[in-house]
Amino acid sequence: MRRPREEKKRSKKLSRRALILIGGQAAFMGLLGFRMRQLGVNQSDKFRLLAEENRINLQLVPPTRGVIYDRKGRPVATNVPLYRIQLVREQTIDPAGVLHKLAEIIPLSNDDIETVLDNMAKRRSWVPVTVVENITWEQVAAVATNAPSLPGITPTVGSYRNYPKPDAFCHIVGYVGPVSDYDLSKLEDVDPLLHLPRFQIGKNGIEAREELDLRGKAEIKRIEVNAVGRVMRDIDSKAGDPGKNLQLTIDEDLQNVALERLSEESAAAVLMDVHSGDILTLASAPTFDPNKFVTGISVADWKDLNENEYRPLANKTVSGTYPPGSTYKMVVALAALEAGVIDPNEQVRCLGSVNISGSRFHCWRRGGHGQVGLIRSLRESCDVYYYELAQRVGIDKISEMARKLGLGTRHDLPLSAISEGLAPTRDWKRKVKGKDWLIGDTVNVGIGQGYTLTSPLQLAIMTARIAAGKAVLPRILNTIGDELMPIKGNQTLDINPEHLALVRQGMFEVVNSSRGTARGSKIRTKGMEMAGKTGTSQVRRITKEERARGVSKNADLPWNRRDHALFVAFAPYDNPKYALSVVVEHGGGGSRAAAPIAHDIMLAALEREDTGYGKLPSQKRRTGDPDEDTPRMRVKPSDRA
Amino acid sequence: MTYYDKQMEDLPTGFGKVLAYNWALTLLIIAASSIGFLMLFSVANGDISRWAQPQMIRFALGMTLMTIMAFIPISTYRSLSLFVYLFALGLLVVVEFFGDSSKGAQRWIDLGFMRLQPSEVMKIALVMMLALYYSWLDQKKVSKPQWVLPPLILTFIPMALVLRQPDLGTAMLLFAGAAVMMFVAGVSWWYFATGASAAGALVFAVLYSKGQTWQLLKDYQYKRIATFLDPSNDPLGAGYHITQSKIALGSGGISGRGFMQGTQGRLNFLPEKHTDFIFTTLAEEFGFAGGMTLLLIYFLIVVFCVASAMSNTNRFGALVTLGVSATFFFYFAVNMSMVMGLAPVVGVPLPLVSYGGSAMLVLLAGFGLVQSAHIHRPRG
Repeated sequence: MRRPREEKKRSKKLSRRALILIGGQAAFMGLLGFRMRQLGVNQSDKFRLLAEENRINLQLVPPTRGVIYDRKGRPVATNVPLYRIQLVREQTIDPAGVLHKLAEIIPLSNDDIETVLDNMAKRRSWVPVTVVENITWEQVAAVATNAPSLPGITPTVGSYRNYPKPDAFCHIVGYVGPVSDYDLSKLEDVDPLLHLPRFQIGKNGIEAREELDLRGKAEIKRIEVNAVGRVMRDIDSKAGDPGKNLQLTIDEDLQNVALERLSEESAAAVLMDVHSGDILTLASAPTFDPNKFVTGISVADWKDLNENEYRPLANKTVSGTYPPGSTYKMVVALAALEAGVIDPNEQVRCLGSVNISGSRFHCWRRGGHGQVGLIRSLRESCDVYYYELAQRVGIDKISEMARKLGLGTRHDLPLSAISEGLAPTRDWKRKVKGKDWLIGDTVNVGIGQGYTLTSPLQLAIMTARIAAGKAVLPRILNTIGDELMPIKGNQTLDINPEHLALVRQGMFEVVNSSRGTARGSKIRTKGMEMAGKTGTSQVRRITKEERARGVSKNADLPWNRRDHALFVAFAPYDNPKYALSVVVEHGGGGSRAAAPIAHDIMLAALEREDTGYGKLPSQKRRTGDPDEDTPRMRVKPSDRA
Repeated sequence: MTYYDKQMEDLPTGFGKVLAYNWALTLLIIAASSIGFLMLFSVANGDISRWAQPQMIRFALGMTLMTIMAFIPISTYRSLSLFVYLFALGLLVVVEFFGDSSKGAQRWIDLGFMRLQPSEVMKIALVMMLALYYSWLDQKKVSKPQWVLPPLILTFIPMALVLRQPDLGTAMLLFAGAAVMMFVAGVSWWYFATGASAAGALVFAVLYSKGQTWQLLKDYQYKRIATFLDPSNDPLGAGYHITQSKIALGSGGISGRGFMQGTQGRLNFLPEKHTDFIFTTLAEEFGFAGGMTLLLIYFLIVVFCVASAMSNTNRFGALVTLGVSATFFFYFAVNMSMVMGLAPVVGVPLPLVSYGGSAMLVLLAGFGLVQSAHIHRPRG
């Protein structure tokens, strides 16, 4: 038994220590309070933001890609619904059983089922797994009818790009394909849409050049997700814009006429309205099926297309460049007339060849033309006349005239690989070739050979400008969404109209005179008379020996060494409406290979009664279909357009 | 009649005990637990049956236990102390061989209606044992080395068993509790200074041993230390807990985002949202104000315990009261430090609030001892 006093003393010490203890504890709690204040008050904005970033995910709903229509409002690039069946594991107790039941409704092999079950095992339980894709609407309907016995099965709809007129528009419209790393590397500000799996962008042609308009803007949904990514609820969404529909100036019917006529050749034809610059036909043969690129082209198909020496993938109307041959003679004639170095009536003597500074230059007619004036020089395409003219006017003025007529310049249409062509000058040769310009070079350019290069589009523009006397500019898009594309190039050409009339008269005689080089392609319908100019351009030099042996017949040569056949034309002569250029690669003579094609295309165009624009179906304001990983849009019959 | 007998006579009996009951402490315990129920309701997205309801049932059970224990004279516990200690030690040994373990630590015994963690029982048992020892030991001898050694042995045996589980957090809490007991019992400052130096050396040794053949801690424990020091070096792995926890705490601001409006816990960004990290949900939904309120309640609980101990001349009662309050303090101090990124992540629940049976029952039993000591304190 202890004494109370001792007890008191002991308890005094304990009390002292207890006070120290609670002091320490209070200090620590103060620290905790301070820390809490630091986190929750001082840095609260930062942490609030982090918490929001944690829970909010953005979900992009891809917009519907714009539809492309032809002049008459017929679709040439559309979106086709793609139905698929998806299964969500957590919505069913027995996924395998459900899949086997599904196999009774739609074709589904046991291997398919295994694959689906494998896929499902790798994902989280609420992630939908695609069971089948690209099934018919009837199959979707059958699945929907049986929905009660198929828990977890959801039909969803996506869409893919389809080109209903693959041949006629492959080079113009181009095609879409999956986004590649290369595509991304070219862009500075990448639309997050491009990172969506399976998203496709334009790769070629108008699909590529008008990508931004066609693509539209994604609907952005803000969704709340939990730590493992499951969607808890939608917070809000920012509406997107569907891609804009485009209307082309191309008339599918005329395009088909042209392609049918070009058929088996490697050739190009461009038909344009000389007043508006509307391109009605932009045909390049052979064609290819752009749909193959959408679904992923097979290696064999790709090899076929790529190694074909007729180059089906190239849009020869804008990317192909050819020496214009005699179709260039209008340029030289106009340059000479404008420079005043020739009188239209002045006669130049053609003896079949001429000797210029030590070299012999031949006329295509070996016997010569005799006395030749301006009109006759065009009508019969006398080369010697233009050798003379070229020397008189000089290269710089010829190339200046070429540019005035739209040659040697890049015309920016929304197409891929547009080439500039070449209207050579002294400076150009010195810079590029490092050599001085020679008189022989000028002489060659005089008949559209040598360094001169033109594309079929440029030739059509040149012809349109000669025909209309205006600086016509090409136009291939009529509308983008609701916006009408303006017609440009209305200013009058800085060329004496009398000179243009002379050249036009020469071109008239080419087709309509009994001695014209294209007399066989005359349009006999009254009021539709066609004027034109043939051209035959060499792709190689004819050697002396060959000339001596007389081996200048194209048929004797391998295809790729034969001459290109060209023809440019406008009609009707009295009141020009259309300009046309036709180039047949290695086709032989222009009058034989190109002019008849031109005749048929031009006649078809002139005989067409209504050449105006067709009305487009109204563009519905509706955002697109959800992607695979966001399949919350149920297919209902009403969704079917 | 001796002085002592007179004191015994003055002790309240019957209804007098109810009046002598420490009602303030009881109300504070109810307040803290009620905050717990609210938070458990919230993190379950309003599903009361998930966590809140079982917790309430356990709390009712625990309160009943506390009340019954409160009316048993403190002297009874004193005589039971050694037995309780040996019993807890026995449980720790049993659990070492037969216990289940979840998540690789903290072994428990399944009693059917709850999982009993012997390490929790040991926290109170050790407090009782040391209180018994120091109430028996002559005050003059407390600082003598041969009398300092026994309590250390009494502490190290259960500590070693707990460390084997391995549960570093609980082992440290046991040690801290024992140190406080020794401190208030009057052991000389010198021992604590020496102990602190030794601890410093140990920390150095632990850190130095990493990668050596005699590595002292397990790899995951080193990882926890490393992530604690710099959570950003493993944002999705071990640092995830701390980062997410700080985000939740910080995003609450002063007044919080509102009841059931927190996103971190409800959307599962926080692991252990209903157990060790429940404080973050409180801070997220009720902000700095809510967090401080709970901290204040905890502080008052400790203050009432210490006040009760200081007015208690019964050495065993006073020591038990201080020991229980210190254990309680270490619980919430470590838990809060952890969620605030001031301490490494160790599995220590927030007392009275976190979901869990063992800890709550053991704590309420501890408060039963405190109440008993309070009711039966000598009056004079």
